[in-house]
Amino acid sequence: MSATVLSHPEAVERLTREWETPPGILGALGTVDHKLIGKRYLVTAFVFLVLGGLEAAAMRAQLAGPNRRLLSPELYNQIFTMHGVTMIFLYAAPVLSGFANYLWPLLIGARDMALPRLNALSYWVFLFAGLFIYASVLAGQMPDGGWFSYAPLSERVASPGLGPDFYALGLLFLGISTTAGAVNFVVTFFTLRAPGMSLNRVPILLWGSLSTAVMVIFAMPALTVACVFLYFDRRLGMHFFDAVAGGHPLLWQHLFWMFGHPWVYIVVLPAMGIVSDILPVFCRRPLVGYTYVVMATIATAILGFGVWVHHMFSTGLPSVAMSFFSAASMVIAIPSGVTVLAWVATIWFGRVVSSTAFLFMAGFVVLFVMGGVSGVMTAAVPFDWQLTDSYFVVAHLHYVLVGINVFPVIGASYFWAPKMTGRMLSERLGRWNFWVMFVGFNLGFFPMHIAGLLGMPRRIYTYPAGLGWDTVNLVTTIGAYLFAVGVLLFVINLVWSLRRGAQASPNPWDSPTLEWSVSSPPPPYNFAVIPVVRSRHPLWEDRLHPDDPARTDLSAGSPLDEGRLTLQTSALDAEPAEVLPMPGDSLWPLALALSLSGCFTGLLVGNPILTGLSATLLVVSVTGWLWPETREQLP
Amino acid sequence: MTLPGLQLASPGPLRPASEMATREAQLGWALIAIGVIVVLIITALVLTGTFRHRGEAAEQIRREGEGIRWITIGGIVLPAIVLLAAFGLTLKVLRSQQLPSRSSDVTIEIVGHRWWWELRYQGANSQQHAVTANEIHIPVGRPVRVALKSGDVIHSFWVPELGGKTDLIPGQENVIWLQADRAGVYRGQCAEFCGAQHAQMALMVVAEAPDDFARWFALQQEGAPAPTGAALRGRDAFVGGPCALCHEIRGTEAGGRQGPDLTHLAGRKTIAAGLLPNDRGKLTAWILDPQTIKPGSLMPRMRLNDQDVAAMVEYLETLQ
Repeated sequence: MSATVLSHPEAVERLTREWETPPGILGALGTVDHKLIGKRYLVTAFVFLVLGGLEAAAMRAQLAGPNRRLLSPELYNQIFTMHGVTMIFLYAAPVLSGFANYLWPLLIGARDMALPRLNALSYWVFLFAGLFIYASVLAGQMPDGGWFSYAPLSERVASPGLGPDFYALGLLFLGISTTAGAVNFVVTFFTLRAPGMSLNRVPILLWGSLSTAVMVIFAMPALTVACVFLYFDRRLGMHFFDAVAGGHPLLWQHLFWMFGHPWVYIVVLPAMGIVSDILPVFCRRPLVGYTYVVMATIATAILGFGVWVHHMFSTGLPSVAMSFFSAASMVIAIPSGVTVLAWVATIWFGRVVSSTAFLFMAGFVVLFVMGGVSGVMTAAVPFDWQLTDSYFVVAHLHYVLVGINVFPVIGASYFWAPKMTGRMLSERLGRWNFWVMFVGFNLGFFPMHIAGLLGMPRRIYTYPAGLGWDTVNLVTTIGAYLFAVGVLLFVINLVWSLRRGAQASPNPWDSPTLEWSVSSPPPPYNFAVIPVVRSRHPLWEDRLHPDDPARTDLSAGSPLDEGRLTLQTSALDAEPAEVLPMPGDSLWPLALALSLSGCFTGLLVGNPILTGLSATLLVVSVTGWLWPETREQLP
Repeated sequence: MTLPGLQLASPGPLRPASEMATREAQLGWALIAIGVIVVLIITALVLTGTFRHRGEAAEQIRREGEGIRWITIGGIVLPAIVLLAAFGLTLKVLRSQQLPSRSSDVTIEIVGHRWWWELRYQGANSQQHAVTANEIHIPVGRPVRVALKSGDVIHSFWVPELGGKTDLIPGQENVIWLQADRAGVYRGQCAEFCGAQHAQMALMVVAEAPDDFARWFALQQEGAPAPTGAALRGRDAFVGGPCALCHEIRGTEAGGRQGPDLTHLAGRKTIAAGLLPNDRGKLTAWILDPQTIKPGSLMPRMRLNDQDVAAMVEYLETLQ
C-alpha cells in the first residue's frame, strides 16, 4: 500500500506535469505555485530592506555629528518617512508573508495555498504598490510626514505636494494585498492541513501567521478608513481632520494606532513562531510548553487591539483612560514572558547544537527581552511623557522590529535556504554574519536609549552641539554602518552559496517537521502523497516516543494524480473531507493587479479618464477570473 | 551651539529640576533597574543553557515534560508580580501629577506655530497682558498654569528637566502646570514632528526669582520704547516695509500676527526659536537671509537694501 507512488513512476510524471510552472515568460507571469510566490515575496521584501537600509545610512551620515548639512531638512524628512514606510509596510510584513507562503503548504502537508490565484494577486499587488510608493522618488515628491503621517500636517494646507497622496493611496493599494493574503492564510489553515494534523499538532509558525492574518482582517479597515478620509480631505476638500471646520486631528491618531499597534504584533508574531519552530531543532528537543506558547500567541493577538492609546499618552487624554491603556500595555507583557521562558527553558533543558541559525535565534531572545522591557517602560504613563517622541522610543522600536523581525528572518534564511534553493549557506561566513550584525546592532541602537534619556527628540534632521548628544550619535552611526556590513555579509553568503554551496540533503538539520520529508528543493507538487500525521514531530517519532506505535505515514494513500488535486480536511481535527480540485495558472491575477495600479495612478494624478479606463479593465479582469472553466470530470 | 552668557543645563529627563520631573525620573530609574535585572537574568540563562550539555550526543532527542514550571513561575507568576508593582508605581506617580491646588497669579497661553512658540501672558487682572515668543519666564518655585494650543499643526511642548511632554493640538486646549524648583535656564524643544524645521523649534524656560520675574513681566506689558537717531530710520523702514505685515511691535503701526511679537526682542537671548544667539551680527544675517539659516522657515527672503537692514537692526537692538 505504501508503495503506490514509488511503484508508479508515471504517477510522479503526471503530478509533475500537472503542478509544474510552464517555462517562459507567460509561465512565470501566470504561475500560482506558492513556492515561487513565496520566493518572490522574500526577494522583493529583501530589496525593500536594502532600500530602507540605504535611507537609514543617509540619515545616520547626517546625524553623525552636530549641525551637519549633508541633507536638506526637506530631503531628510522625506527620507525618514520613506525609511519607516519601507521597513514597516514593504519589508517587515511581506518578508514574513514570503516565509509563510513558501512554508505553509510544506509544513501542513498540502500542495498549495487554499486560494492559489488570490495568492498570486497578493504578490502582484504588493509589488505594484511598492513600486507605486517608490514612484514618489522619481516624481521628487516623496511623502514627508512620517510613516504615521499625522493630520493636520498631512493636510493640503501644510503639505501641498503629492507626498501624502502617494502615502494614502499607496497604503490603500498595499492593503488589498495584505488583506487578500490574510484571507488566504485563514482559509488554508482551516481546510488544507494533512489528515491527522489536528490543531495541537500544528507548527507554531502557523499559529503565528494565523494570528497575524486574523489581526490584519480586523486592523486593516482602520487604516483604510484613515487613508480614505485623508484622501477625501486633501482632494475633495472634506474636513475629517480639520479642527477649524469641526473635524479633529486626534481622529487620525485613533484610527492610525488602532491599526498601527496591532501591526506591530503582525510583523513579530510569525517571526516569533519561526523561532519557536527553529530553536528546538538546535536544542535537540521539542519546544517546552507548546500549548502555552500557542495560547500566548493568540492572547497577544487579542490584547494587541487594546493598547493603541499608549502611542497617545501626551495628547492630553483623561487619566482614567490612560490608566486603562497603561494596564493593558503591561498585561500584554505576560504572554511575551510566557514565550520567552518557553524558549529559555528549551535551551536550558535541551542539548544545544550550535549553528548560524541557532546564533540568530539565541541572539534574538536577548534582543526580544531588551525590546520588551523598554516597552514596559513606555507603558508607565508618567515616564512615557518623557520617553515618547524621544530617541528612547527609536531605540525601543528598533529592538522590537530589527530584533524580533530581522534577526529571526536572517536566521530562518540560514535554516530554510537549503530547502528553498537546494544549497547550504556557508556556516563559516554565517558566524561572521551573525556577530557583525549583533555587535553592530547593539552598538548602533543601544546608545539611542541614552540619547533619548539625554533629551534628544526624534525626527530631527540636525541638532546643535553642546547638548551632550554628539558622542552617542557618532557611536550610533558607526554601529549602524557595522550592522549594514553584517547584512551585506548575508547577501554575499547567499549569492556565493547559490553557486558554490554544498548540496542540501532533504533534512540537513535533522528537523522534525514535514517540509524536511521532501527533497531540497521540493518537487512542484510538494508531496507525492498527502501525508497522514500522527504527532507534532513526524520525523522525530522513532526517537521521541519509541514505545508509542503511532507513526506518521509519508507514503500511503492515493497520489491524487488525476488532475490538479489536493485533500481538504476538517477544521479542527483534520479528518479527510473531500478531494479538492485546485485552480491552475492564470494571467488574470496579474491583469487585475495591473488595472488596480491604473486606478490608483489615476486617483493620484487626478485623471478621471485613466481611473475610469482602469476600473473597466478591473471589471473585465474579475469577470475573466471568475469565468467558469470546463473541467475534466473526476473519476 | 553654545550660547554666550547662557549656562545650559544638560537637557535630559534624568536631571530633573521640578517636583513633577523628579517623580517621573524616580519612576524611570525604578523601571530601568527592573529592566536591567530581567535582561541580565535571561542573558545568563541563555548563555549557561547553551553550554550546559555540550558533551551529549546530538542524535538523541530529549523527551518532552521538563521545564513547564519555568513558564508558569518565570513566565507568568513572576512577571505578573513585577508588572503589578510597576503599574502600582505608575498609578501613584500619575495621581501625584494631577493639577496642584494652588492657583497661580500668572497664566501663560502657548500657541505652537511652524516653527516657533507664541507666548501670551495673562496677569491677575485683565490689564496685565503681554505677548512674546520662544523664551518663557516663570517665577522659581511657583506653579504656573499653561494652556497649550496650536495655530497650525500638532506640536509638543517638552522641557525635559521640568517634566514630560504635552501636545499642542489644533481644536483642543491642553493644560499643564509648569514649575521649576531651581533658578536657571532650561532648554526645551518641539517633540512632535511638525514639518521642515521641526528640528529647530527650540524654546527656553528662564526660572528666576519672583521679584525679577515681576520686573520682567511689567516690562513686557509696556509698548516699545520710542526710538531716537539712527534707530528712528530703522523703525520707519520696519513699519513701512514688508516686516510689519507679519510682526507686531506694540506701540507702533507694525501689527502683523503671522510671526513672533518683537516688542521686546532685544531682551531675548536667542532669535529664530533658539537657533541663534541674539546679537547684532546674527540678527543682520537672519533678516538678510532666513532661508539659508533655517531652510523652509516661513519667513521669506526679502528684497531689502543694506542701509535699511542696518537701521532696522539698530532699531531692534533698542527694543529692550
